[in-house]
Amino acid sequence: MAYRTYLMVCAGTGCVANKSMKVRDRLELEVTKHGLDREVSVVTTGCNGFCAVGPIMVVQPDGVFYQLLKETDIPYVVEEHLLKGRPVKELLYTPPEGTLPIPKMSDIPFFADQTLIVLRNRGLIDPEKIDEAIGRGAYEALAKVLTSMSPEGVIREIKASGLRGRGGGGFPTGIKWETCRKAPGDVRYIICNADEGDPGAFMDRSTIESDPHAVIEGMAIGAFAVGSSEGYVYIRNEYPIALERLRTALAQAREYGLLGKNIFDRGFDFDIQVVRGAGAFVCGESTALMASIEGRPGEPRAKYVHTVERGLWDKPSCLNNVETWANVPQIILNGAKWFASIGTGDVSSDPWGGSKGTKVFSLSGKVNNTGLIEVPMGITLRKIIFDIGGGIKNGKQFKAVQTGGPSGGFIPESLLDLPVDYEELTKVGSMMGSGGMVVTDQDNCMVDMAKYFLAFTQAESCGKCVPCREGTKRMLDILEKITCGEGTPEDLELLEELSNMVVESSLCALGGSAPNPVLTTLKYFRSEYEAHVREKKCPAHACKKLITYAIDPEVCLGRGHGCDVCRKNCPDGAISGETKSVHAIDASRCGRCGICYDVCKFDAITIE
Amino acid sequence: MAKLTIDDLAKIKERTRHEATLRQGEGRARITVHMGTCGIAAGARDILTSVCKEVESHGLHDVLVTNSGCAGLCSQEPMMTVEIAGELAPVKYVQMTAAKVKTVMESHIVKGRPVLEYVLAVGSEKTR
Repeated sequence: MAYRTYLMVCAGTGCVANKSMKVRDRLELEVTKHGLDREVSVVTTGCNGFCAVGPIMVVQPDGVFYQLLKETDIPYVVEEHLLKGRPVKELLYTPPEGTLPIPKMSDIPFFADQTLIVLRNRGLIDPEKIDEAIGRGAYEALAKVLTSMSPEGVIREIKASGLRGRGGGGFPTGIKWETCRKAPGDVRYIICNADEGDPGAFMDRSTIESDPHAVIEGMAIGAFAVGSSEGYVYIRNEYPIALERLRTALAQAREYGLLGKNIFDRGFDFDIQVVRGAGAFVCGESTALMASIEGRPGEPRAKYVHTVERGLWDKPSCLNNVETWANVPQIILNGAKWFASIGTGDVSSDPWGGSKGTKVFSLSGKVNNTGLIEVPMGITLRKIIFDIGGGIKNGKQFKAVQTGGPSGGFIPESLLDLPVDYEELTKVGSMMGSGGMVVTDQDNCMVDMAKYFLAFTQAESCGKCVPCREGTKRMLDILEKITCGEGTPEDLELLEELSNMVVESSLCALGGSAPNPVLTTLKYFRSEYEAHVREKKCPAHACKKLITYAIDPEVCLGRGHGCDVCRKNCPDGAISGETKSVHAIDASRCGRCGICYDVCKFDAITIE
Repeated sequence: MAKLTIDDLAKIKERTRHEATLRQGEGRARITVHMGTCGIAAGARDILTSVCKEVESHGLHDVLVTNSGCAGLCSQEPMMTVEIAGELAPVKYVQMTAAKVKTVMESHIVKGRPVLEYVLAVGSEKTR
């Protein structure tokens, strides 16, 4: 039975947290109530990516996009749109600067400027139903590989496509597979790194949540190419929905014989086990991850011998990130040429010669359209932030964008026309990383931001090597000193020296990249550091110890008539005065929480 | 469930193709039933049901069925608009009945020949 209309309700983590399951239940109820249940179907899909406006529902085939839905909106939407054919204008997306709603999903800039390969099924299938994935072509690439390609042929295709590791390193995938295939040994392992630990990053989670079969199929193809029959997915236990959907997908694939013995009767065996990570950031590092699967403490080792030769249980192991695996079936189906036609550079002779395909980013911070996006390599940061991202919140001034997660660097406005490309991002002191993208505005202090991210990596340092364990700690101490107004100009030099030492001598990439936020802010926003150490001022008014709140007596009495709201709300009892008289802040008691600034309707509070 | 063969994979894909087409909003033809108050009063609900049934019985995997508001010509309801991809002008049918729907489906949608005696006009009014 086919339906005339499909209500695609987003069931990604973001929308579920905003009660999209209640919306779905109500939709089913109302659709049945109006006798539409034989022609209208309610489908729960993976993450649509536009998390800022969830819960989301897309009505197909009309392509009408509803946002910020509440359970109570549903009776009206069903009656108006499904019965009478009138989309409900108030619930359609309206751009931040505009007044007219945009009904069609394909016309919304956030979606229109994206290119979907990895997330091609997002919002189109129910990730918990394997038939829907198959309907969109899942496992066709595996069939093609098993019936008409040799393992070497698969490796050649992946090499020619220019696919590089999406977990951050950017290592050419085909070369990794080839090395693993050639490594001596009888048992080989395929591993999927789904230990996504960056604050504010959710690319892998969303990919698994919206299309788990793409990852499973990619791993199976990789297994055939390197000669493996056992795979592992190492996934964070903090991702309950992704974990559940992955397990469901694995069970369904096994039931169909798409995993297991003698797949498609071609004599190829492959199955996948799920290993849950406990949430240590360092376990995203390949050797630490493998140690963790083995049941040992998640600590990295020196890589004189690479994991493709001796990895999990000392056997040749091929580890790729979720996004990398999900690209594989599409490359096999559409060809290396198609994939290499998207992106920058030329990979025909040098596998490091360009960045091909697309990259998924989670866009967060002070940008209007926070969410998950997939864009072609080579797109400029400016286009991502100002077109897809819809610009900076509340009309404020852009300051910097941090790419690549907590150990990525901050990129200033002058470099926004930089193309998204592994080498270009590294050149300016940042990195592609796994795809976190945090936007900051005029209110963010760059010293404070560097301190925040360093505090994260410092806490996540496993402690095995001295430079990372001690170096990041001392760096954090210096940053703390600077934000408290106790820093000296010499501290900046020491900070720089320490940063370079930690980068050069750490055992793994955690320490090797942790100082990036510090180094890039020192490079591009040195004047902010100078203001902290020389004038003891925080130009962005973010470092609490360096600012003083005061009340402008003229405004307070003149416009506000001494309204007394600030005094009532001050948690420290630092404000004196009474209604219809001038108020004043006692700086010695002020906790600098900023509540008075927020509650004053007359802008009488000043920050110095 | 028995183990899938490569043929089974293709069969599942074929079976779900209609759904996949609809969900992507891509189709060869689109039938819009006008369902303003006037349309509903004149029986548009039954027309929509018949359209759905016809699509199903003809196995028309590439035909989208949707509804919209009042077309403005209330005296001619129930109305429906047929758009075929690649053809410039949509065709508006008026005073529809279940029997007329059947004829339109067989002639216009399947064979590509509009049923001129039921047609009000070809083309849409200018929208701006």
